Amino acid sequence: MGAVFEGKGKEMSTSMTILFWILVVPGTIVLGLIASWIVRKVSALVQWRLGPPLMQPAYDVLKLMGKEILVPQEANRTVFLLAPLVGLVGVILLTVILCSVLLAQKTFVGDVIVAIYLMVLPSLALILGGSASASPHASIGTAREMKLVMGYELPLVLAFIVVLIKTGGQLSLDSISQQAPVFSISGMLAFLVALLCVQAKLGFVPFDIAEAETELGSGILMEYSGALLGLWKLMHAVMLVALPFFLVTLFLGGYTGNYLSGTGLIVAIVLLLIFVGGRLLAGRSKFMDVLALLSFIGVCILAGLGKYVLILVLLILIKNTNPRLRIDQAMKFFWGYCTIILFAAIILASLGCYYEISWL
Amino acid sequence: MGWKMWSLKKSIWVFHVNTGACNNCDIEIVNCLTPKYDIERFGIKLVGSPRHADALLVTGVVTRQAAPRLKEIYRQTSKPCVVFTIGACACDTGIFHNGYHVIGPVDKIIREEDPNAIIAYVPGCPPKPEAMISGVVKALSAI
Ligand code: SF4
Repeated sequence: MGAVFEGKGKEMSTSMTILFWILVVPGTIVLGLIASWIVRKVSALVQWRLGPPLMQPAYDVLKLMGKEILVPQEANRTVFLLAPLVGLVGVILLTVILCSVLLAQKTFVGDVIVAIYLMVLPSLALILGGSASASPHASIGTAREMKLVMGYELPLVLAFIVVLIKTGGQLSLDSISQQAPVFSISGMLAFLVALLCVQAKLGFVPFDIAEAETELGSGILMEYSGALLGLWKLMHAVMLVALPFFLVTLFLGGYTGNYLSGTGLIVAIVLLLIFVGGRLLAGRSKFMDVLALLSFIGVCILAGLGKYVLILVLLILIKNTNPRLRIDQAMKFFWGYCTIILFAAIILASLGCYYEISWL
Repeated sequence: MGWKMWSLKKSIWVFHVNTGACNNCDIEIVNCLTPKYDIERFGIKLVGSPRHADALLVTGVVTRQAAPRLKEIYRQTSKPCVVFTIGACACDTGIFHNGYHVIGPVDKIIREEDPNAIIAYVPGCPPKPEAMISGVVKALSAI
């Protein structure tokens, strides 16, 4: 992908544009499946296990596509069947918008607002699907998800306001991604809170209240089976790409271009060889596994995806070092601490803007 | 072998049903997930809902109370699915043979529901995790 987008800032040629539009959706799905493998693998390594093979998420989705679809008798069929599609389409649209900003500099005024609305769509689809499936477990999960959405939307929007103040009030992702608000006190605070909001959006561990494997079965997704469940899994996989990309665009200054030329290319090829070797020898030694993972991350960094990997690793580490919160604790956390911190950040950012101190 | 079966073998999600076990078999099942055996290496994952499952791990004799539930759970599982009967009790009622509360071994109850069900037996009291893993391997290579 790197070579295609080398001309950053320049107009892409027509063939490149066509290639971009053809590749962007399958590309994000593949990247999402790899990301969900990384999540499972790193969690396994943290727990001193070996973890699943690289193709595991792909096998899972393929298997689910071939299984029988069961619809509960009392369920609302239309909503039940459409909800996963709505979620998947929403999150794919979001990734396309973000990718075209990050990689191809295509933008329109107000796409930030569109992106924020599209980010709610997966949770909305989950709520719809859960409440349409006529199961007590799913409805408890739905209630929790609703509360959680209300909880994290407020800090997320406040964090977004901080970014707007820091970047001079432009409403297009492209001009926001030219600057990196994270290198200031208020931007850093907003970034940390937004990271936690993304954690909650992904349903990762301190905030996996709606899925709660241990007490709710799998909560919202309880009644889904077969291809519909496969669509939900794909949605989660693509969200693992979209949401970190969103954070990269807002806070970390967007796509930086790649180093895939000259020495960088040679290093990348060596790392890829180590990666392939590690995968072939995996299962025999944990060392090869870690090596393979590190070389994969190295290739990502060389291809200009370093910031994405950084956010992914942060998310996984938070996931693996925290127990689950209760729903009231999560609400208190988002509406209490996070909101107070963000009000402080907004005041700092406005002061910095007024007196032109860029580090505030 | 179609792509459906091929991908099914690569990723088996199991749902654990206790129909009246003494809880020892259940502990051994959980043991399979620990770092020592780590069955996630083979793509096997414990899920919380029979709708997601490809395999039912049934432990224990089927008691009068549990039989209708077992049938219900079997109906809720999306096909194709495999039933594993774990332990001597589940395979052939074991030490609870002829008990007043026992209806029958697991396979009998499942066959009442679906005569063509795929059932694999892992005997032992309780079976070792190694035995369960080898049972899964044998069952999958027989399909
Ligand atoms: S087979 Fe043995 S360990 Fe397993 S449930 Fe029966 S009595 Fe308990």
